[in-house]
Amino acid sequence: MSNATAVLQLRGIHKKFPGVHALKGVDFTLRPGEIHALLGENGAGKSTLIKVMTGVYTRDGGDILLDGQPIFPASTGDAQALGISTVYQEVNLLPNLTVAHNIYLGREPKRWGLIDWKTINQRSRELLKNYDLDIDVTQPLSSYSIAVQQLIAIARGVDMSAKVLILDEPTASLDADEVQSLFRIMRSLKERGIGIVFVTHFLDQVYAVCDRITILRNAELVGEFEAATLTRPELVGHMLGKELAALEDRLHQTTSESAAAPALTLTQVGRPGTLEPVDLQVAQGEVVGLAGLLGSGRTELCRLIFGVDKKQSGTMVFQGKTIHLSSTKEAIDLGMGLCPEDRKHDGILGPLSIRENIILAQQIKQGWWRFIPRKQQNAIAEKYVKDINIATSDIEKPIEQLSGGNQQKVILARWLASNPSLLLLDEPTRGIDIGAHAEIIKLIRQLCEQGLSLIVASSELEELVAFSDKVVVLRDRRKVAELTGSDIQPDTIMRAIASA
Amino acid sequence: MNAFLSNPQLRRYLWPVAGLLLLLLINLIISPEFFNLTFKDGRFYGSLIDVLNRAAPIALLAIGMTLVIATGGVDLSVGSVMAIAGAVSAYLIVSGVDSLTVIIAGGLAAGLVGGMINGLLVGYMNIQPIVATLILMVAGRGVAQLINEGQIVTFQHEAFSFLGTGYFLGLPFPIILVIITFVLVQLLMRRTALGLYVEAVGANASASRYLGINARAIKLSVYCLAGLCAALAGMIAAADIKGSDANNAGLWLELDAILAVVIGGASLMGGRFSLVLSIIGALIIQTLTVTIIMSGIPPKFNLLIKASAIILVLLMQSPRFQQQLSSLMLWRKRHG
Repeated sequence: MSNATAVLQLRGIHKKFPGVHALKGVDFTLRPGEIHALLGENGAGKSTLIKVMTGVYTRDGGDILLDGQPIFPASTGDAQALGISTVYQEVNLLPNLTVAHNIYLGREPKRWGLIDWKTINQRSRELLKNYDLDIDVTQPLSSYSIAVQQLIAIARGVDMSAKVLILDEPTASLDADEVQSLFRIMRSLKERGIGIVFVTHFLDQVYAVCDRITILRNAELVGEFEAATLTRPELVGHMLGKELAALEDRLHQTTSESAAAPALTLTQVGRPGTLEPVDLQVAQGEVVGLAGLLGSGRTELCRLIFGVDKKQSGTMVFQGKTIHLSSTKEAIDLGMGLCPEDRKHDGILGPLSIRENIILAQQIKQGWWRFIPRKQQNAIAEKYVKDINIATSDIEKPIEQLSGGNQQKVILARWLASNPSLLLLDEPTRGIDIGAHAEIIKLIRQLCEQGLSLIVASSELEELVAFSDKVVVLRDRRKVAELTGSDIQPDTIMRAIASA
Repeated sequence: MNAFLSNPQLRRYLWPVAGLLLLLLINLIISPEFFNLTFKDGRFYGSLIDVLNRAAPIALLAIGMTLVIATGGVDLSVGSVMAIAGAVSAYLIVSGVDSLTVIIAGGLAAGLVGGMINGLLVGYMNIQPIVATLILMVAGRGVAQLINEGQIVTFQHEAFSFLGTGYFLGLPFPIILVIITFVLVQLLMRRTALGLYVEAVGANASASRYLGINARAIKLSVYCLAGLCAALAGMIAAADIKGSDANNAGLWLELDAILAVVIGGASLMGGRFSLVLSIIGALIIQTLTVTIIMSGIPPKFNLLIKASAIILVLLMQSPRFQQQLSSLMLWRKRHG
């Protein structure tokens, strides 16, 4: 633990956003030649900490030492020049440029003042050989899979003299083989003395490749642990804190649910290229969890049910009636609602007020000519701001000014106000702070007690276990398992996801 | 005042209104009689009335343009649509049609067809608005020239001329037309949920789709509305000169209309809109033109002064510039 051996050391880092204290005096130490997992639930502060390291955010307190020298990265470019490179889950390179150009972007070798393409291509080819990538570097980046793009991003980062490589959920969209080859690369980089920070949700992967583990919870440091000596239950306990006991309580309740009338029945519903035909039954007042990795088909299933995409096969029966949705409007009229996975892109109407964001679904249900009077709009918005505890001073504030968790609550309020009988929640707790996280889970439980049927897709297994009456596991865009009763356990879900 | 400034809805009015007041003040200094209103023979006369009257075409275009811009689009064709509508009315009059209703319906129909073409290209064929409307901007003037057979068509039609030169309730009739259009569109947008839908489509097209808002239909209708507004403006312009000049009617006015909306503080990315602010924007542009003429500056400076004034107005509205300005003030307070 001596400071002299640390390549990157963060001490007492604080970061505040309006209304959220995102990091409360967090320490983090990375030694050269180690792979160090950074773990925590959504909203624990992982991303914020990484953004502080990489200069996206400026810290509000604490020190960052690189090789013992204090640094103040003001931008990602700054951090990169200092030797801190980051590879994100969404590869942030330019898909329309060639692979080689992406690797040398912004630092192109020149000849007579012009870009020396020959050298670029030559060097890129050699560089990628180190990563077992034998690809045509003159093709556009977009012609390769996400996995390959990620390796290219890593190659670029390391080639720019990285001392510290940060991998932010790099495996979320990779298949098992791709993950293995990524791990091989990580190990070889580690042997070269590079310190690697590895952020992931997959605990198996943590144990497969990491030396040390730092856990954050609720914006605070829980501790740093040796991967070899920390057991998995201890790890989960540290991540979830006191909530674990409460979660187990709920677990036993869910086993005794009785079979109510079916609200939604899918028979062989599918869409070629998007989702293999799926059977699914959701009873009145039941919570069905959808488990699976990113890209496993969870989001696609939600979109098919809600009519965002049209199903190509199978039949769908909703409240006793066979339905063929051709638009989301029809789904809304029937009493469905969907909180989409990508809240920013598909959910919020950024510049519009909280009030408008809340009343919109109900307005759409009523039709455009039957305008909800302003007074009633205010009443609805005020009611939900109070009921589900949306932290805002004013319902006229643009929703984009709220924190992620509060935005999510507004989207939930939007659907609750439309009085639905089936609500689809796709990753309802992604990227929101821990307080809001707990509140949304609580809300989900209340809703199903009131007889609302819910379909909740989540990559947080503990969460699924906590509220689901039934868990449907998807892999590679097909349903692979359906778990009920006492089978609903993180381990069983994980096994179903992983089973070949 | 503080409560006023902290309300984001009201705050948007601050700079456009301040800009307009500033311009009026300059006019007051240049010529004290600027604000004089005289009432003679049942009509109001004065510089202010002139400004309002001359601003009518831009204001009408700005009403339509506001909605188009709110959906994240833009309509470059409105100037050409003005020319087409003027040409169609002139054609009907010289071919012997006497019914005012038929003449106006003909002009409006031309605008509606133009708007529909734009709306279909943008909404249903997903062509970039700037390209889609550029087609009609170029082709439209050609169509107008064809209708006029390459001539400037003049006409005599008492009732139709009233659109441009008549007086109603003591005010020039174009002003009345702007008021009527404004009230109708405002009611349509704010007494139904249409305005909210328009803003939703502009704020986040993808989220609107998840909400079941028919973005295509919304886009089609705002372009149609912009076409109707342009047709009305075109008929006012034709009635004013008792003739249809396909080459010059509404020339470059689409740019003034876009400018009016932008001065009104709307984002070209779409989202929030305010018809009132856009009309204030149109008034600022027209007042500026009058100010330059009244101040006795040689006309050759007109365009440059107009451009500089507009840059100033836009700068004042930019949050970043406001921030820099206030930190500069603070710095001078500390060091001066």
